[in-house]
Amino acid sequence: MSLSIPERGWYKAPAGAEKLWIGLALTWCLVMSVMMPYWHFRGKQNSRGEAYAVTPAAFFERADTFVQANKVGERDGIPIVEPAPGGDAYLVARMWSWYPILRLREGQTYRVHLSSMDLNHGFSLQPLNMNFQVLPGYDHVLTLTPTSKGEFTIVCNEFCGIGHDRMFGKILVE
Amino acid sequence: MTSLTATIPTALDAPGAQSRHCDTTGLKVCLSSQSFIKLSAVSAVVFLLLGGIAAILLALTRWQAVHLLPVDWFYRILTFHGLNMLIFWILFFEVAILYFACTIPLNARLFSRKIAWAAFAMMLTGAVMVDVTILVGRADVLMTSYLPLLAHPAFYLGIILVAVGTLTAVFNFFATLYIAKRDRTYEGSVPLVTFGALAAAIIAVVTLLHGAIVMIPTFTYSMGWTPQPDPMWYRMIWWGLGHQSQQVNVCAMVAVWYLVGHLATGAKPVNETVCRGAFLLYILFINLASAHHLLVDPAVGASWKIWNTSYAMYLAVLASMIHGFTVPASIEMAMRDKGYVKGLFGWVTALPWRNPAFSAVVLSVVIFGFIGGITGVTLGTQQINIIAHNTLRITGHFHATVVGGTTLAFMGLAYYVIPLIFRRDFVWRGAARLQPWLFGGGILMVSLGMSFAGSLGVPRRDYDIEPSGAFGPASHLFLGIMGVGAVVAVTALLLFCFLCVGTLLFGERNSGRAMAEWGAAQRLPGVREGLLDHDHWAMKGTIALTAVFLASFAVYYFANWKALADVWPVQ
Repeated sequence: MSLSIPERGWYKAPAGAEKLWIGLALTWCLVMSVMMPYWHFRGKQNSRGEAYAVTPAAFFERADTFVQANKVGERDGIPIVEPAPGGDAYLVARMWSWYPILRLREGQTYRVHLSSMDLNHGFSLQPLNMNFQVLPGYDHVLTLTPTSKGEFTIVCNEFCGIGHDRMFGKILVE
Repeated sequence: MTSLTATIPTALDAPGAQSRHCDTTGLKVCLSSQSFIKLSAVSAVVFLLLGGIAAILLALTRWQAVHLLPVDWFYRILTFHGLNMLIFWILFFEVAILYFACTIPLNARLFSRKIAWAAFAMMLTGAVMVDVTILVGRADVLMTSYLPLLAHPAFYLGIILVAVGTLTAVFNFFATLYIAKRDRTYEGSVPLVTFGALAAAIIAVVTLLHGAIVMIPTFTYSMGWTPQPDPMWYRMIWWGLGHQSQQVNVCAMVAVWYLVGHLATGAKPVNETVCRGAFLLYILFINLASAHHLLVDPAVGASWKIWNTSYAMYLAVLASMIHGFTVPASIEMAMRDKGYVKGLFGWVTALPWRNPAFSAVVLSVVIFGFIGGITGVTLGTQQINIIAHNTLRITGHFHATVVGGTTLAFMGLAYYVIPLIFRRDFVWRGAARLQPWLFGGGILMVSLGMSFAGSLGVPRRDYDIEPSGAFGPASHLFLGIMGVGAVVAVTALLLFCFLCVGTLLFGERNSGRAMAEWGAAQRLPGVREGLLDHDHWAMKGTIALTAVFLASFAVYYFANWKALADVWPVQ
């Protein structure tokens, strides 16, 4: 009984249905363990955590250089920037906006650099629902290939103070 | 002090022991541990009540049609809710369970009253400091307080005090186990419930040390004495506290499953080795789980993420799956032994459903396993986390584990703790029988509402989803379901607090007689005991149920891989 001292000689190997269940459960656990390395090599969606140390000021400078060189328009005072296919794109997260607006080409691959000027932020691309963490001091690089056209909203999904629910950005895919 | 303790025998049945006889179970009850079980349990319920009031305010804000709180109070109450529920309610209740498990089943007295007082004082002071700091608006940093967000130093100091106080109580637990063993208050191995509590205590030490490692430099930084710790380092160590503390809850909850299963149906483990081995797996393989929160973080690589999320081939998941079999199997075997042998599920209808502790535990097993467990492992899969991180799916998951699982199991246990330890029979017994169903049903709605909203991308910890324009009517519908579920669950929570307080004040004293029985499974006339003891395949209903579980798990798991394959390629 679970509340009383077990009888002497309680050590017994599992038997019958219990043994079968342990075997099944362990097999399932192994399947799940193998799925992750499998997807790492064969799947297309991975989070490898590629990142480089960067100060917020240095990151903003790089982002600003990128914006000046590749600006193609403006919406509500925020520059729209189109990086070269295969090239680098910068996205600055700060209280409470994403800067700039990116315009990408469908089927092209980009290296998108994410970093924060202040607190933790959450890069949540909607309505696709792809989510990545953005930290100050870390240049988080996503190698991203848009495969659908349209206007996508970046919602911040890491709490960053009172204006958190109004921190949006845009990615336009043509 | 030494001369004083020397005069008190360790064994509770020795002459001169400070103990009483329990008129229901026949066990000896240590009077010291009884007072600290009472103190801890009462404090726990107070924090549950505070957290519950916060819960309804939050749910009625995120239910967009109601949108109750102003924005600053939303995040303030969210911080308050997380700490009171996840930390204070659960830790205080767990300390009560630890004091119970190391004394009464072992026929041993509590090691030290003074240490127990010190632990309680630190925990309570710390918790009050944290709550006051939050409510005066000096710690709007949410429970995780991710740096560089910064709260008033009293917030961190309060958390450190709670952690150190809990560690002190855990020390008292270990010391009690030691003197019980030394003075031979029992012969042989400790009971399974004590073993489960021991596993919880060991994990708690590791967890709370992480808490100290992360909170002390954060506190000194908030005082301006040291530089700011790295935000990524903070996340990694904080989750060593935040995630592993949930494994403490799992251990304590599983121990409660076995305990209540035994009290209500006379269940005994089919195989002690298997049950204990599963607890051992928790201790050995849970300690890397902070990775679950860093799966889409920068600076930690794929191999680190993959290795740490599966913590050595998911052996801790294996442990939960084993308990998920052995708990229902032990109950089914107890029922079949009593003569309820008809078909696969004939024993189910004969279960003591009117016993609120039992129904709470059954609901806890089902909600924890089917919703909490399956979603947890899936969301914690390295790549699948991309379509789940920081959405309401995460919140949906842990409301099924910590609330539908742990909190509901603890509520169930309270239906025995109050009659047996406070020695008062419950008032309004009809309402008590209904309470677990109401709470479980409400939480199920909360959890499913959150999970579906999260699947549509709705962020957690977000005041208002309206301004982004990214979320359609379906998201609003699921948030509404969450809101209605929260109203039901919090009503049941208030009912629970009301029942507990009402019983403590007005419940009939049961000293000198057995407690008023909630209802236990009865043996059918003429059925001999022990006929199935050597039949290892008799738990046919459990075999069927676990087969359904495994199939649901596989379907949900692979459906998520499919959903992941549909988003943009990203490396």
